[in-house]
Amino acid sequence: MNMQTQPQDAVGPIRDQASLVTAEGVAITYAGRAVLSAIDLTVNRGEIVTLIGLNGSGKSTLARILLGLLQPDAGRVWRVPGLRHGYVPQSFAVDPAMPLTVRRFLTLGGKVADDVLTATLAEVGLPGRLEAQVAELSGGELHRAMLARALLRRPDFLVLDEPMSGVDVSGQGQLYQLIATIRDKYNCGVLLISHDLHVVMAATDRVVCLNHHICCTGRPDAIVGDPEFRALFGAQVADQLALYHHHHDHAHEPDGGVVPLDDDLDQGGHGHD
Amino acid sequence: MAMIEDFMLRALLGGLGVAGVAGPLGCFVIWRRMVYFGAALAHSALLGVALGLALGLPTDLGIAVLCLLMALGFLALDRSQVVASDTLLGILAHTSLALGLLALALLEDLRVDLMSYLFGDILALNLTDLAVIYGLMAAVLCVFLAYWRPLLSATVDEELARVEGLDTGWMKLLFTILMAVVIAIGMKVVGILMVISLLIIPAATARRLASSPEGMALAAALCGALSVVLGLLGSYWWDLPSGAAIVAAAAGLFLLSLSIAAPASRRRQ
Repeated sequence: MNMQTQPQDAVGPIRDQASLVTAEGVAITYAGRAVLSAIDLTVNRGEIVTLIGLNGSGKSTLARILLGLLQPDAGRVWRVPGLRHGYVPQSFAVDPAMPLTVRRFLTLGGKVADDVLTATLAEVGLPGRLEAQVAELSGGELHRAMLARALLRRPDFLVLDEPMSGVDVSGQGQLYQLIATIRDKYNCGVLLISHDLHVVMAATDRVVCLNHHICCTGRPDAIVGDPEFRALFGAQVADQLALYHHHHDHAHEPDGGVVPLDDDLDQGGHGHD
Repeated sequence: MAMIEDFMLRALLGGLGVAGVAGPLGCFVIWRRMVYFGAALAHSALLGVALGLALGLPTDLGIAVLCLLMALGFLALDRSQVVASDTLLGILAHTSLALGLLALALLEDLRVDLMSYLFGDILALNLTDLAVIYGLMAAVLCVFLAYWRPLLSATVDEELARVEGLDTGWMKLLFTILMAVVIAIGMKVVGILMVISLLIIPAATARRLASSPEGMALAAALCGALSVVLGLLGSYWWDLPSGAAIVAAAAGLFLLSLSIAAPASRRRQ
């Protein structure tokens, strides 16, 4: 049964002890256009949730609502009291008119001990760059510096908006490994935004497919079979992802029963009614 | 002789006081890319002069209040996104300048030296002006000392600062108040039309000399002070308009700084 995708968020508005942030019926409209409607979403502690969707599907808007940077027009967002946010936005640039070292950048939010700074920079793969000028960092290095700044806050809820942009394919696997390590070490909930489907599938506990509303949500191996997912990204892509992700020789029927799987994954019975 | 020395000394002290705060504030103006915003505020200062005269208040107060109202009006209108921000600033700047001229013309029983407001009259600074300049300068520096890191954080990236729990709306208001105050005292020195140059030219010069925000703020204050000294000397020796001479000196220092290799990044993104 756990392989089945569900029309609503798996946890939904039910707040269990692990839930950090919960959106209930969130909607927002820009210039008469409904960017988000009827969004129910929960991120739990220790969970990596990936938000996927095409460009302009409202992914970053939803993330910013969950972070409290944006007020929804309808619905509400509930957060664990005292929740510490960490946020790595999609694009970021320090104005070259400002001389700023990585050290200063990391401590803008408050003082941090030197050994913690050094250790955190090493953790995100930017060792020894404490005195470098931020404006001189490459795009990938800047992302890592921002991740370090987010981690210094020991976040409960970490939002990474398109962390793979500017990272080449060989680095993406490493970055996912790093995100998983961070989740384990800080015991935080991670919300990942991506439109790169291939890598997403590898290291995510739950995928939420967004197209102004939540199309489908579930485990990565389950979601590729969802009709809405297939409609959005195309059956071919979905099949590739299914092949990429899991090499099962069986699939599950709605009641959880195992059915053998032949070559044609399209017929692979992931159990939709 | 003694009289000349007196007014030159007052001009020097007043100019140095203004440069001391205009430099650091100017750094924030260029970091935040708010040069045009500052210029627009300065243009509204003439309306502030009229307001002060009409209500019998000190003109400094009138200017600061009007600049602040103008800034708040801009922020409110800009949020409605009727026109692009720079268009809106252009409309506000020149409308308020025109309204200022009209208002001064209507206060017909008062003879106003328009040139001194538009281009500054540093040589006419009296002791009261000096007291106002140094009082406000001390206040602005205190605010900088108390709020330096949050101001810097909100300037580097507003959203990251908000996620970290900073009230960036308050920082924006605080910055706007500082702008209004510094414009009010800066226009005594170089006038409405050039006051923004006193903020940004020394700051732009300082960028090439500094590798930290604090270093840049300090260098900007020093560059501004040097511009005041050079400008006043030039105006004394060659009988030049002092405000213009100060701005020209600042521009000269900036040109000179271009020959120095930048210590930090010059890369544009």
